[in-house]
Amino acid sequence: MSAIVTARNLSKRYKNATALDAVNFEIQSGRIVGLIGPNGAGKTTALKAILGLTPFDGELSVLGYDPRTQRGKLMEQVCFIADVAVLPRWIRVREAVDFVAHVHPRFDRAKCEAFLKRTKLTPDQRVRQMSKGMIVQLHLALVMAIDARLLVLDEPTLGLDILYRKQFYQSLLEDYFDENKTIIVTTHQVEEIEHILTDLMFIRDGKIVLDTDMEAVGDRFAEVMVNADKAAAARALHPLDERQVFGKSIFLFDGADRATLESLGETRRPSVSDLFVATMKGTYA
Amino acid sequence: MKSLAGKDMYWLVKREFWEHRGGFLWAPLVTGGIFLLLNLMGIITAEVIGARHGITIGASGNLQRVISQMDAGDMSQVGLALDVAMYSSMALIFVVLGFVVFFYCLGAIYDERRDRSILFWKSLPLSDSETVLSKVVSATLVAPVIATLAGIAAGILQLLMVAVTLSFHGINVWQLLMLAHPARVTLNMLGHIPLYLLWALPSVGWLLACSAWARTKPFLWAIALPVATGLLVTWFGIMGLFNLSAGWFWQNVVARALFSAFPGASLVADDDFIHTGNNNLDFMNLGNAYRLLGSVNLWVGVVVGAALIAAAIWFRRWRDEG
Repeated sequence: MSAIVTARNLSKRYKNATALDAVNFEIQSGRIVGLIGPNGAGKTTALKAILGLTPFDGELSVLGYDPRTQRGKLMEQVCFIADVAVLPRWIRVREAVDFVAHVHPRFDRAKCEAFLKRTKLTPDQRVRQMSKGMIVQLHLALVMAIDARLLVLDEPTLGLDILYRKQFYQSLLEDYFDENKTIIVTTHQVEEIEHILTDLMFIRDGKIVLDTDMEAVGDRFAEVMVNADKAAAARALHPLDERQVFGKSIFLFDGADRATLESLGETRRPSVSDLFVATMKGTYA
Repeated sequence: MKSLAGKDMYWLVKREFWEHRGGFLWAPLVTGGIFLLLNLMGIITAEVIGARHGITIGASGNLQRVISQMDAGDMSQVGLALDVAMYSSMALIFVVLGFVVFFYCLGAIYDERRDRSILFWKSLPLSDSETVLSKVVSATLVAPVIATLAGIAAGILQLLMVAVTLSFHGINVWQLLMLAHPARVTLNMLGHIPLYLLWALPSVGWLLACSAWARTKPFLWAIALPVATGLLVTWFGIMGLFNLSAGWFWQNVVARALFSAFPGASLVADDDFIHTGNNNLDFMNLGNAYRLLGSVNLWVGVVVGAALIAAAIWFRRWRDEG
């Protein structure tokens, strides 16, 4: 496995705020990385730096290129879907396919047309006549037909209904992703993607506060459901978080001894969203 | 690699044409069509009124006799009048072209920033230089070539219309058409395109730079900055330092930034051209027009335009949309 993205002391300062504060991370090939953080934590800034859309301080290498100076080369092997509805509103399906087919050296037209056949999109349809969900279908058909090594998705399913959201991730997994590709995705709908992620990065106030693969999450973190009589004992072990359900307390522990936890109550692997909420406690306070 | 870049440029220009088909293609065609229609209606009205009042112009071959009795000088005046008829049908199309190019440049980068579709274009392996240059090519070559072709077509139709009308009054159509110079007019129009390109560059560059730079209201910035500068210069008499009048600044900086993309702006800017014309259409002839290549004004404009285009490229590359 080789690193697709390597960041060393990556910093980005806006006029009166620090969006990224000397961040270090590495993303390996063949992974699906969830970059998750509250609003304004620096997710989008990190993605923009990776895509060469914004200047930054520090070192950043993407597929061996510097995104600041070698953006043209980089974009042959990197794709991104920035948000829903960034396709130009005047363009027709036919024109979009034609254009990408002729300017992108790694675009497979037949593949794109096969994807489009599975949708209700017609060649003469303009983006402005489409629903949000259809626009994403078109964008996804274009992107999935590009044999890119890195795909960056920034809130790709924002504002879509559950049918489109499920279909989006299902298509990505079944028809696109393989061991030679890497996907970085940010979203607020953590529950929906947690089963497809292989790696997890939490970002808060411009810093990476958690960087781990999903298997390690189960080893490191545990949730214990504790009866009221043992709650004090659980609190003594410095849980990350505590919440009440049906008169019982649920504690979230980071790196606590598994046998001790099991003596307190029923343990299980925490969901990413519970872990997220616990980690980000007090962000907006 | 070079041919690849050429292919990208072809598709980028094509993409601009797809988006701006209305301004580039339909605007000149519709303008030409309306102009011809109005002319046709005018002719019909005149004929009807004429018939109703029993005014029969040259019905008995009077006009034909008039023409046959004309000397060479009169003949050339008839030819000139017909040429003017041809040019006049194009004039409106070129006024429209000026507005199309002005607003196209102003929106070319701003619009894609505003609706964030710039992120889609930037997700493709196309450089900012190629993209901005494709917009320059669209503004200074694609739009004027289409407008010129539409203008030539309208001019020829106009000429035929006049000729056919006169033939109803007993005048030999061919003799009349021989007096006009449709080929020369056509050649003049085509020959003006390279001059237009060079002369329009500072305006195109300025508007594209505003389009790539302004956070909001590029129109206001594009107008306000040069005009405000002009007012300051006038107020404080700054040009006096260079022994130049404030009028010089307005004519050579403000007007060049804002109006150079209007066809014929170069004719207005240089007094010589109007005056050498001595009431003729000589100023349209390429021999005269191309003397513009010797003017400092033109080449300084080209250099400034190139610098502004480079600025537009830089802004498109680095402007952070937040």
